[in-house]
Amino acid sequence: MAVSNRLKNQHLLWRAAFGPMAEAQADLDTVSQKKLWETLVKTSAKEPEYIDVANNVLKGLVSGIGDAVRMENLKDKLTPEDRKFIRQQSQEDLKSLNLRWMAEMINSESQLREKMAFFWHGHFACREINIFYQQLMLQEMRSKALTNFGDILKAVSKSASMLSFLNNQQNRKQHPNENFAREVMELFTLGRGNYTENDIREAARAFTGWGFNLKGEFVFRRGQHDEGSKTIFGKTGNFDGDDVLNMLLENKQTSKYITRKLYKFLVNENEVDDARVNWLADRFYTSKYDIQSLLKDIFTSDWFYAEKNIGSKIKSPVELIVGIRRVLPMELQISQVQLLFQKVLGQVLFYPPNVAGWPGGTSWIDSSSLMFRLRLPQLLKDNETANITPKTDDDQQMGMMDDKMAKRDYKIYNNKTPGNTAQRIMADINWDEYMKVYKDIPRENLVDVMATILLQTPDGSIKKDTVSAAADASSKETFIKSVTVALMATPEYQLC
Amino acid sequence: MVIKRREFLQIGSLASASFMMPKFLKAFEGNGGKMVPPGNKVLVVLQMSGGNDGLNTVIPIRNDIYYRERPKLGITKENALLLNDEVGINPALSSFKELFDQGQLGIMNSVGYPEPDRSHFRSMDIWHTASASNEYSSTGWLGKYLDAQCKDCDKPTQALELDDVLSLALKGDNIKGLALKDPQRLFNASQAQYFKALAKQHQYEHERPADYLYKTMAETISSADYIYKQSKMHPSTEVYPNTELGKNLKTISSLILSDINTKVYYVSIGSFDTHVGQENTQKRLFTEMSDAIRAFTNDLKKNNRFEDVLMMTFSEFGRRLTQNASGGTDHGKGSNMFFIGGGLKQKGILNDMPDLVNLDEGDVKYKVDFKSVYATVLNKWLGADDQLILGKKYEQLNFV
Repeated sequence: MAVSNRLKNQHLLWRAAFGPMAEAQADLDTVSQKKLWETLVKTSAKEPEYIDVANNVLKGLVSGIGDAVRMENLKDKLTPEDRKFIRQQSQEDLKSLNLRWMAEMINSESQLREKMAFFWHGHFACREINIFYQQLMLQEMRSKALTNFGDILKAVSKSASMLSFLNNQQNRKQHPNENFAREVMELFTLGRGNYTENDIREAARAFTGWGFNLKGEFVFRRGQHDEGSKTIFGKTGNFDGDDVLNMLLENKQTSKYITRKLYKFLVNENEVDDARVNWLADRFYTSKYDIQSLLKDIFTSDWFYAEKNIGSKIKSPVELIVGIRRVLPMELQISQVQLLFQKVLGQVLFYPPNVAGWPGGTSWIDSSSLMFRLRLPQLLKDNETANITPKTDDDQQMGMMDDKMAKRDYKIYNNKTPGNTAQRIMADINWDEYMKVYKDIPRENLVDVMATILLQTPDGSIKKDTVSAAADASSKETFIKSVTVALMATPEYQLC
Repeated sequence: MVIKRREFLQIGSLASASFMMPKFLKAFEGNGGKMVPPGNKVLVVLQMSGGNDGLNTVIPIRNDIYYRERPKLGITKENALLLNDEVGINPALSSFKELFDQGQLGIMNSVGYPEPDRSHFRSMDIWHTASASNEYSSTGWLGKYLDAQCKDCDKPTQALELDDVLSLALKGDNIKGLALKDPQRLFNASQAQYFKALAKQHQYEHERPADYLYKTMAETISSADYIYKQSKMHPSTEVYPNTELGKNLKTISSLILSDINTKVYYVSIGSFDTHVGQENTQKRLFTEMSDAIRAFTNDLKKNNRFEDVLMMTFSEFGRRLTQNASGGTDHGKGSNMFFIGGGLKQKGILNDMPDLVNLDEGDVKYKVDFKSVYATVLNKWLGADDQLILGKKYEQLNFV
């Protein structure tokens, strides 16, 4: 079956961006993939603005502590109340950061950049509750998203977020901590089986003394650094952390590992064409890890647009929510409700399950997450209450869940509080904008046309009668609205 | 995974067919008779989220170090419910004391794992996946049990979690457990005409991603119907406390008393993250546990099912021996597990009380790897291949 020009363009937009946008629907029938790719590159060229959502009181408190204080002595400088405030406010601000970044994913024209930043966010997965450190790390991901893998690796390895998360602040000459050295090899560069336990032990020594200060700046603590000779990957010398990162980048396996992971993320998560990955990885290595040329190799190829790659990927929860909001423009009066969606569906930005990131694929789908995905479009359309309780996260509560809070949460999630807002979905959908593309389509063709716009699966994968039977045919407008919800409430819509 | 449409139709029809079977009649044999075939062992896992302080749960009433390190928080011998000369239990766990006296409670001390992690999420991950602390897995131990046991299962209802969201523990590579708060609600949510119509019109091909989604959807629709009908078959008549856990255990009991094929139930309570005001929080949560479990065990006893049910509790870690300045305790390491049931082979206090002299950074050192407990439960209680499921051979314990 021939793949239509529109489907190819939508495929590109789902993989290199967060899906087609309502306003740009009309062009997708005619524009070429090459042209669309060039537009994506051009609109992402601008350096992203720093997202700063940190609370002013929090900023004042933290800057008031002064630079002279060492991280280790922080506890003595702050009252228990201050510490509690910092923790709680930082977590509140992380929620704002989450929503702000999601808004960028939805509205920013730098789609390619945000999509790649989203990939790196999952690759360099990091759970760290300090809002300042997370803001800095996010900015590194976004500003370097399309530049060079080596640069991102080095920036992440020297970020307060990652050094804190992987305990490198405790990696000292006398007591090496191997956590960072292990993950940098296993998850960030080489992949399992391409290093020895001895390489990890020795590399951990090279990273001793790598730390950070209160402002989140990288600090090299010479006194804690092991100056002795180390043997890593068969080479012996007085290596430091930068040397190890360079060795990892010199190893072709890093190029293969990253290319393979990107291929699964961008092309096909079920079927990996090894020959193609090797070809891409060779070129990625030769280009000294130039990300944009690797992306160009993928998105301007013919094989990327092969039918087997289209609609083969299960959207992650963030991709699903952002995708709906791009195609169906809406204002959410209570934007926090998106945090509930993320929790229930299993992907909360800045809270990856562990340093390995979100496993993706079929792991997104179980009975309850699928049923919620299928209900979501209807909830948005009818402003219903979600009526669902996410699991609590004790790393986020930090023992602050006292009796009063427990009772409050119980009431919220069981809908027993008047004016309960945590679960109310108040969405103002801009249907007029959305419906423009269907203006001249005759009623009898609507279901087919809408299916080609909303679904990435082959024509006729859902029987037209089944959708029509669920539609409200009282007017063209209600028909379009109800068919939209019906098409989004299908297993096919979970795919891109 | 290839599932043919015809197989699906068969699965669908089995749900209704099971109601015609003679086995169904057994449920109405009366109080004396067994409701389901004997030997149908059931596991109930109770997750105590947040890191429960094991030392104020099972109290070393003759240990001076305990009282020295917890001048404010320590529970005195007079206040504890005494299990023997050395050991008391938290006064809010009165039903546990009763079960102990009846030989229906086992306590395993100092359970943990090598190279412990003090982050809630990471440590819970390790307990859920039964992986080493430097390994990451996207499947849980009960999910892997489903993968191993359920290749030919007619319905994915072998493991149920009483929750809106499914835990990692119940996610396998090919098969996942099913989460539900309430059979009625799951039934209502999944039986929409449109979903049924969608499931009906889908043509299964070869391993397409859509097939996986349709399979999950069809199984949810058919399971929701099956669970709902089973839950109404022999609803529990016992009075349960009107708490979250009380309601959940009543749902579990109603299902255990039915003909359902469920082997594992999973339910959580929390948060036990008692950095502040530990005494009140533990009291509130333990009271909820104690009252709900009293009703649950009485219910099962009256219906002759207590011998077939094993309840097991765990928490992602214990807490620091030394109390903190806020009337609480901070994240620690080893902690205790409870086993409750009429079929325990070993009862009472199963091993030594925690060693408070040789600590691991101020925390109770682990003596029993929790994976050994899993291996025992999988092998001896659920009759499964523990080595295949856990990927390694662990020592078998003797409590069941």
